[in-house]
Amino acid sequence: MNFAHEQIVLTVATRRRRKVTAWIGSALLFAVTSVAAVAVLAIIFFIARDAMPFFRECGAVSFFTTNAWYPTSDSPQFGALALFTGSFIVTITAVIIAVPPGILAAVCMSDLLPFNVRQLLKPILEMLAAIPSVVYGFFALVVLAPFMQDHLGASSGVNALNASIILAVMALPTIVSVSEDALQASGRELREGSYAIGATRAETLVKVVIPASFSGIFSAVLLGVMRALGETMVVWMASGNAAQIPKPFYNLLLPIRTLTATIAGDMGEADQMTGSAHYSVLFAMGLSLLFFSFLCNLAGEWVVTRQRKYLRGG
Amino acid sequence: MKTQMMVAGIILGSVCAQAQDKLVLDGSTTVGPIAKAFAEYYMRQNPGVTITVSESGSGNGAKALLNGTCDIANLSRDLKDAERKAMEEKGVKPVTHVVAHDALPIIVHPSNKIKGLTVDQLRDIYAGKITNWKNVDGPDLKIVVISRDTNSGTFETFKELVLKEEKICESAEYVGSNGAIRQRVQATKGAIGYAGLGFVDRSVKALEINGIAPSVKTVLDKTYPISRDLYMFTNGEPKEGSCAVKFLGLIHSEKGREIIEEIGFVPVEKK
Repeated sequence: MNFAHEQIVLTVATRRRRKVTAWIGSALLFAVTSVAAVAVLAIIFFIARDAMPFFRECGAVSFFTTNAWYPTSDSPQFGALALFTGSFIVTITAVIIAVPPGILAAVCMSDLLPFNVRQLLKPILEMLAAIPSVVYGFFALVVLAPFMQDHLGASSGVNALNASIILAVMALPTIVSVSEDALQASGRELREGSYAIGATRAETLVKVVIPASFSGIFSAVLLGVMRALGETMVVWMASGNAAQIPKPFYNLLLPIRTLTATIAGDMGEADQMTGSAHYSVLFAMGLSLLFFSFLCNLAGEWVVTRQRKYLRGG
Repeated sequence: MKTQMMVAGIILGSVCAQAQDKLVLDGSTTVGPIAKAFAEYYMRQNPGVTITVSESGSGNGAKALLNGTCDIANLSRDLKDAERKAMEEKGVKPVTHVVAHDALPIIVHPSNKIKGLTVDQLRDIYAGKITNWKNVDGPDLKIVVISRDTNSGTFETFKELVLKEEKICESAEYVGSNGAIRQRVQATKGAIGYAGLGFVDRSVKALEINGIAPSVKTVLDKTYPISRDLYMFTNGEPKEGSCAVKFLGLIHSEKGREIIEEIGFVPVEKK
């Protein structure tokens, strides 16, 4: 009797103690959660800090608008336009190659294939993502490159197309897997509702299921873009690393050089001691890459929110 | 008190001995094979000694010596003025040891019928002024210019001996190692590249430069125009009797010269 009474009416001290423990608990959780955010902010801060000397010394205009990349010359030139173009070309081409088959494969796996086939297929596909990128690069070098020289008339087998194809294959498992999850998540009710009003399977897929899971598919594509943009080893091995803007720009059989490969390739020589501009210019490129990913993320966020609103009928 | 000091001395002594039995080498991918072969031989002769050899490029080797993360830095070029200055500021005193002589053979696809080039023609090819093999009496085929990455000592040497003031053309492809350049050249019909003497085998064709083919003889008598020395650098003259001295002594020994020759470089003259 007395015991129960104590539990219902708390003394001031107990109440305070409980309040404090609750506060400590949530503070702890908050701290753990913010570690990730703090890490991102710290990375941005340190990269920006090391990139600043370059912009102060050489200015941003020639960096973004000229394409003379001679960082180790006696009078070094840091025109990165060709590197930006290179990154842009391989990323866009890889996405163009990977997205249509990726989405089709996802639709096929989620709505057409029998359940047990899908159970078998998905892990196999996801294994593509587990292959180390240097192995892909090796494949590009010894299989794809000679093929392109012999059958596509490329004078050099390591070129923009080679890198794009490999990047597309690498982005494929992400695109298929995430889109397939999105298609699955749109639910049985939606499909049955559609059949109930007399739609065929094709109509249901094209007009109901795919539009309903559009935001998920869009996220999948975005993840593929980021994978292609950030990949380093494969482009270092398969793109040829020639700092030029292809003429004409759609000639994918010419070698190009990307931002990521340049950072990886030049980091060794470009220490603070041998010329600070060459060192900080790499951070300027890293900062630009970060900025692009950030923009991609924002765009993705925007599309997803808009889609949710639309689906809610707003 | 006295015994305590003695114990401390013994511990200190054994720590020093342990520290001496470890040797860390870092730097050029060209000097790397020599260093590795030396290390293998040395460790077999002196069990209990650990020698690690990393190949991260000449620039990284110099950096490692500057930061004290290696005992011997392998470089396929001399130290740059900026590197020497940075070392001076940090109190590192680089001492030069010439390991071997090397030449940069110019290699093309074995099916290319061209026999040789002059250094000037070679410079024009790398500068992008000559873009087709037919302009240098070769087949009608676009030239694919392949270079080592700018981080390598091989590139620095090539720049110094061939390119001079010229800038390498925009369409030049870059690869990260001597082996990769050979692989690219043997797989690409119109390709031209350069690599260390030890990396040239029958899968590619080495050109005569100014009428002289690269070989041990032409490197030693210095008639082959694109040749260079390979270096190891230590921080200060290594102490008498230390592991580093014995290791570097291999350079002039009979066995060391044999190893260097076997890998495909030209050993230095006997002392």
